[in-house]
Amino acid sequence: MLKIENLHVSYGGIQALRGISLEVPDGKIVTLIGANGAGKSTTLRTITGLVKAASGSVQWNGSELLGKPIDQIISVGIAMSPEGRRVFPDMTVLENLKLGAYLRKDKAEIEKDLSWVYELFPRLKERDWQVAGTLSGGEQQMLAVGRALMSRPKLLLMDEPSLGLAPLVVQDIFSIIGEINRQGVTILLVEQNANMALKIADLAYVLETGHITMSGTGAELLADEKVKEAYLGKHRGT
Amino acid sequence: MDKKSNKTIFWGLVVIAAMAVLSLGAEGIADATGQTLLMTVLKKGTVYALLVVSMNLLNGFTGLFSLGQAGFMLIGAYTYAILTIPVAKRAGVYQYYDGGIVQFSIPEAFSGLLGDLVGGVIGMVVTLLICGLLAALFGWLIGLPVLRLKSDYLAIATLGFAEIIRTFIQYESFAPLTNGSNTLRQYPTFKHLYPYVIIVGICILCIVLLVNSTYGRAFKAVRDDEIAAEAMGINLAKHKMLSFVISSFFAGVGGGLLAMYMSSVQAKGFTVAMTYEILLMVVIGGIGSISGSIIASYLFIGCSEWWLRFLDDPGNNPGGIKLLAPGFRMVVFSTFIMIVVLFFRKGIMGEKEFPDLLRRRPKKSEKEAAGK
Repeated sequence: MLKIENLHVSYGGIQALRGISLEVPDGKIVTLIGANGAGKSTTLRTITGLVKAASGSVQWNGSELLGKPIDQIISVGIAMSPEGRRVFPDMTVLENLKLGAYLRKDKAEIEKDLSWVYELFPRLKERDWQVAGTLSGGEQQMLAVGRALMSRPKLLLMDEPSLGLAPLVVQDIFSIIGEINRQGVTILLVEQNANMALKIADLAYVLETGHITMSGTGAELLADEKVKEAYLGKHRGT
Repeated sequence: MDKKSNKTIFWGLVVIAAMAVLSLGAEGIADATGQTLLMTVLKKGTVYALLVVSMNLLNGFTGLFSLGQAGFMLIGAYTYAILTIPVAKRAGVYQYYDGGIVQFSIPEAFSGLLGDLVGGVIGMVVTLLICGLLAALFGWLIGLPVLRLKSDYLAIATLGFAEIIRTFIQYESFAPLTNGSNTLRQYPTFKHLYPYVIIVGICILCIVLLVNSTYGRAFKAVRDDEIAAEAMGINLAKHKMLSFVISSFFAGVGGGLLAMYMSSVQAKGFTVAMTYEILLMVVIGGIGSISGSIIASYLFIGCSEWWLRFLDDPGNNPGGIKLLAPGFRMVVFSTFIMIVVLFFRKGIMGEKEFPDLLRRRPKKSEKEAAGK
């Protein structure tokens, strides 16, 4: 279980997170929704160690993650599929996936996970020789998720997997997220697409300018008037 | 070592052996016809192949735009010369500095132990190794401050360091060690082509194995996207340093070989222009392609040694413009760079390697035949 307490992060003088606390229980899908600049991506980047926190704590099964180098954080079983996919464009799909397992040494197990990822994303298997930069946006997103899964994470952090994808492709991605979760991977999902994210989530938090303003189950927030107004596009006066 | 790298080692050694045999043949032909130019091109091209590949490892595979190559080559070349000049000849070489302060010669020490021929060759190879290690040490020292910089700034800083190295070697106070701005000469060299081919071949094989390993993949990941690479758990600073040090090592070995080929070295020759020449070969061959680098170095050396010399021959050149004359040569090369950059941006090989050309196409059609 991941437990964040009173986390403060700032970039220079700008405070991106002003003391957020949240929990990600094992085996659940937890989503973080909010507008641009609310601090969603910062939260994920702080968990993986890409961004240094000012104060607070991030605990993974009771041990502190803040201040640890990135490779150690990844080794305990946390992986991130970054915003904007960020696949390695000049490398093949297979090379991209193998890089996901960069910190692992167990070759046989890596092979096993490779076939697991290919099972989840058959499209990637068809294109394993192709250079990642030539894939479509949806395929690149699949690759980014697959690459993150190659480290065999217990917790998968996903930063806007629906970014810039067609609605049908978004549905595909979300059904795969559900599938990954059913296979035992805990997921912390950051999304702009609040509708899709809340439908799939067990727990949800709403983030506004560095504060958590609301929390509850996905269904609760989906029905909440304020959430509807701010994130789901409810018409005023109806 | 998995199956694939065993296969690479096997085929690499086969190619090196074949090249060594071929170089014996070429030497025979050159001797029989009295053709000296062919041997010059092949020897220089072989040495440059290593230098170009080592620069490509850094610029092409790790994406670190460094222009310090000449500095590391200079360290290699001077290390080789200083450590191998026979003791008896030192008084002559260091004539202004009472024979210098180094009063031993590694090949001679090995000759004393193992006999003249075997000991001499082993001594030379060991010295080449020392050249590489020393260049790698300097690479590490320079890398500490410099690798925090990115792209253009890195290029400028490494360029500066290369110049500093050159100036220091010419510095009068170090002269008892480096012979100041005078030439170092009379050190032992390989007379034949095949030792060059074998040493360069083994070095390049090591680089190929490195590039195909997990480390190589990590280098490419750093090149493609630093943030994503970091998110995969790749330690950016460590891998940049590793690539920089390894590239310096092979540049040092290449510098030692270059000293051997030139049979006398002087710091004056290792200018920025030398780095540019190597960079040009990297670009012509294809940034990120080892086989491209090798092809480009032979091609480039072949052109600059033979083609331009042929054009400069008064009989073939009615205009009387000396294309190889020191000033004009750069005009020709600059024009060449522009043509390459404008029309052949990916170079001869792009990012492909030689085996890819044989393999990729059938694989693609296979995939298509499978119906996706």
